[in-house]
Amino acid sequence: MLEVLKYSFMQRAFAAGLLVALICPLIGVFIVLRRMSMIGDTLSHASLAGIAAGMLGKFYPLWGALIFSIAAAIGIEKLRKDFSQFAELSISIVLSASIGLAVVLISLAKSFNADLMGYLFGSIIAVTAQDVLMISILGLIIIASITLLYKEFFYIAFDEEGAELAGIPVAKLNIYFTVLTAMTIVVSMRIVGILMVSSLLVIPVASSMQISKSFKNTIVLSVLFALSSVLIGLFTSFYLDLAPGGTIVLVSVAILLLVIAYKRLFRK
Amino acid sequence: MKDIIFSVKDLTFSYGNSFILNNISLDINRGDFMGIVGPNGSGKSTFVKACLGLVKRQSGTVTIFGKDSGRFKQWGLLAYIPQKATSFNQGFPATVEEVVAANLYQHIGLGKRLGSLHRDKVEAALEIVGMTDYKERLIGKLSGGQQQRVFIAKALVSEPEIMFMDEPTVGIDYKSEESFYELMEYLNKEKKMTLVMVTHDTGAISTKVNRIACITDGKLHVHDADSCCSNDICFDAYGDSKMKLAHKH
Ligand SMILES: Nc1ncnc2c1ncn2[C@@H]1O[C@H](COP(=O)(O)OP(=O)(O)O)[C@@H](O)[C@H]1O
Ligand SMILES: [Mg+2]
Repeated sequence: MLEVLKYSFMQRAFAAGLLVALICPLIGVFIVLRRMSMIGDTLSHASLAGIAAGMLGKFYPLWGALIFSIAAAIGIEKLRKDFSQFAELSISIVLSASIGLAVVLISLAKSFNADLMGYLFGSIIAVTAQDVLMISILGLIIIASITLLYKEFFYIAFDEEGAELAGIPVAKLNIYFTVLTAMTIVVSMRIVGILMVSSLLVIPVASSMQISKSFKNTIVLSVLFALSSVLIGLFTSFYLDLAPGGTIVLVSVAILLLVIAYKRLFRK
Repeated sequence: MKDIIFSVKDLTFSYGNSFILNNISLDINRGDFMGIVGPNGSGKSTFVKACLGLVKRQSGTVTIFGKDSGRFKQWGLLAYIPQKATSFNQGFPATVEEVVAANLYQHIGLGKRLGSLHRDKVEAALEIVGMTDYKERLIGKLSGGQQQRVFIAKALVSEPEIMFMDEPTVGIDYKSEESFYELMEYLNKEKKMTLVMVTHDTGAISTKVNRIACITDGKLHVHDADSCCSNDICFDAYGDSKMKLAHKH
């Protein structure tokens, strides 16, 4: 048995981390292909406001994060209808509102402290048993949803109009997908940190798209890349005493660069 | 006896205050190869989308295989190849097989995977368009003409009885265009598929289709193909020059 896994906090960090590595690319692949990369950032800032609300109101911060990010997800979809020609505007509006709200709530709660740092940058020592439970339940919902609705999400990502005509309830599934994204962010932020969640959604997928040979292959490779990033990142974080969000994301960027180099060298 | 499988009645559509289509009616018979023509911006694409429920019409009813479109469920019987179908995200990491199989959605069922029966259907559809050898290839790595064939296969895989196409020959080379029309003839004559095609292709208008619908000024007029050349409305629709060109030979 590896030495690091003697510590129960590390066991929890690894359990949470492995789940995050599985889920982020599953959701991320659809986010990237639908050119919605900004949505991860937006929802994670909304969840920051939720964390601050939890600290202020003295309730479990992940509940705050979940509620705020789901509300933001639904807000984006509603606003999208008002700005149908400028879909990204609805994302910017919700992003601004979320940051504003987060800043206000943080100053009200006077909570600019180590706890908050843990949420921003990720933490391996702060993952509680309650966090692991929450992460597992949300994680199972996300994995089950993607497994069940894989064909539908694939069709919508490739050709939304065609999907509509084929009888897929596109509008409803779009809202549901955004809610799943909100859940993914809540699942991931304990380990990866609010500031870096969206990177883990996007970078492993970007790496795999460089070399993948099919859609299935894209998903498998992204999960592999995310798993490597999280495992290496967590070890580095433990031994060098660094925030795991930073190490995980840096490893994923390193993998991306390696993949690009590989492609340039061996494939023309 | 004429078997009307797709019927549009009093369809009106506007973007905000500007009316694009005004009280249009159209019956499509089983076995028709219908061409839809009209000047740029006259509302041909909008008409097809409104028929299929892809944009919300202000009024009018659409009856599909005898059922009101609101209660129609067998969407697999209809196929649609949109204008600029091949202008999708070329970096989309999906194989030809995955793209075609997407349209088996209704056949496969919630949460189920592609079975061998479905693979056979995909294979058969690719066979018809002559793209079997490419099924493992990434869709973005094919030429425009090949991509178009894949989109036709994607449409065919659900075994539709009527297929709508919006300017399918724009942006493909002459040879691809020729084999496209061969394929359409095969589908129409051998497979008895009903075809509806928006086109600017004057050669096709005069030789391939059996009925022509002209859209101008929000109105639609239908002619049999052989009587169209004498029709003033169509002349107007093209500011005259293009139609004359079409009927010189
Ligand atoms: N999303 C839209 N919003 C507003 N007007 C539109 C929109 N799409 C098309 N139009 C207008 O509707 C008219 C019909 O367009 P379209 O059906 O694409 O014409 P066609 O296919 O015959 O070239 C055009 O004048 C076009 O400017
Ligand atoms: Mg058009």
